[in-house]
Amino acid sequence: MWLKDSSIGRKLVMSITGTFLVLFLLFHGSMNLCLVIDDIFGTSAYNWICSMLGANWYAVIGTLILALAVVVHFAYAIVLTVQNRRARGNDRYAVEARQEGVDWASKNMLALGIIVLGFLVLHLYNFWFKMQFAELTGIETSMFDPQDGSAIVKALFTDGWCGIVYCLLYIVWLCALWFHLSHGVWSAMQTMGLSNNKWLPRIKVIGTVVATLTVGLFMVVILYFLGVNIGQMCA
Amino acid sequence: MDQYIDIKVRVWRQAGPKAQGHFETYELKHVFQGASFLEMIDILNEQLIAEHKDPIAFDHDCREGICGMCSMYVNGHPHGPDSAITTCQLHMRKFHDGETITVEPWRSRAFPVIKDLMVDRQAYDKIMQAGGFVSVNTGGVPDANAIPIPKPIADEAMDAASCIGCGACAAACKNGSAMLFVAAKVSQLNLLPQGKAEKHQRAKAMLQKMDELGFGNCTNTGACAAECPKQVSLTHIARLNRDFIGAKFCD
Repeated sequence: MWLKDSSIGRKLVMSITGTFLVLFLLFHGSMNLCLVIDDIFGTSAYNWICSMLGANWYAVIGTLILALAVVVHFAYAIVLTVQNRRARGNDRYAVEARQEGVDWASKNMLALGIIVLGFLVLHLYNFWFKMQFAELTGIETSMFDPQDGSAIVKALFTDGWCGIVYCLLYIVWLCALWFHLSHGVWSAMQTMGLSNNKWLPRIKVIGTVVATLTVGLFMVVILYFLGVNIGQMCA
Repeated sequence: MDQYIDIKVRVWRQAGPKAQGHFETYELKHVFQGASFLEMIDILNEQLIAEHKDPIAFDHDCREGICGMCSMYVNGHPHGPDSAITTCQLHMRKFHDGETITVEPWRSRAFPVIKDLMVDRQAYDKIMQAGGFVSVNTGGVPDANAIPIPKPIADEAMDAASCIGCGACAAACKNGSAMLFVAAKVSQLNLLPQGKAEKHQRAKAMLQKMDELGFGNCTNTGACAAECPKQVSLTHIARLNRDFIGAKFCD
């Protein structure tokens, strides 16, 4: 199977799963933005989306596909890194200089990916465990109604000093994600062959824009709640 | 103005393919900055021979940047700290008085060290033998206007063909991948009408050989193109990806 046995095939799997995860993040980020809109205008769009997804069959299937994409992306990352380290040979260079135009992120994709995955576990515990998991199993995992996503989010991020710590943790997570995507997005396009002399600079810009947009959507929500929290603490 | 400088050269010494290598530091006085880097190594070797020591083994041939034989990792860069040149085109004016210069061989599993700074780069020849050719006998030189080729495509193929197969791309790559070399060699043929007929076959055969020889997987860091003495572009890699994926979908 060429998707497993050839280097370009393996990279293609990385680029397709990665692109899928970025598309999911763009959806997730847009959904989160509703939290801020709700809080300002007194609407309840976020909870409407939560109830629409919830533990419905399509949301569960979607979650399973997402989980599969994460597992494949991560498993391939480990395999690729092990193969690449072996390809370097046993002796390392004594002096390694930086090359101009080579991003720091591009040389540390696995490390950034592990940071992103580590925080993902925390994130799943913070929210998914109290929402979809609680709804699916019927187990009471928090004091909130599993469909009242808005309350769960607010409780975590506006909880005094604890809320500030969580905001900072999520900001670190988002920064790691930005660096990961700043290389990942254009690299995925290059791997799929969507690049030439004219488009190489363009896809690099597209990569930065997509990374900034994706991370920005999440960051706006975190910064908003950080502000609300500090406001409440000062009041 | 070029001056005479005193330097220290820290060189990787390895007696043979299986031997344990180590760094050795030599002092070299009164080196003219107008000398090329390889001339400096020649001077150092004369000094070593005079001291009844084993001279440093290193690859070199044309000394004008076209053969691709010289292969030294100087101060963390393949072909040294200057851009778009081979080691033989590097001059001592790039270094200053009292500097310690670290010289290492290419380090990659597919390029085993033969001795000191000399590595075995037959892996690249094997990749070429897998598909870096046009199978049909094209006969004599046809009229230039018999097969019209647009100038941008001819230029792009020529840029790809400027690859001298020195191995700097795989040496600089943190993944030990030879993608830039393979991409250049696939592109120079796949872009032109004579080579196009076999483009799918060629992309598959050359990539498979690259993987088989123990080179790594490309992650588009771009270190290869940044260090390439012939400035071969990263976009050739995208073309190879395109041709390879296309070939797999056509199977």
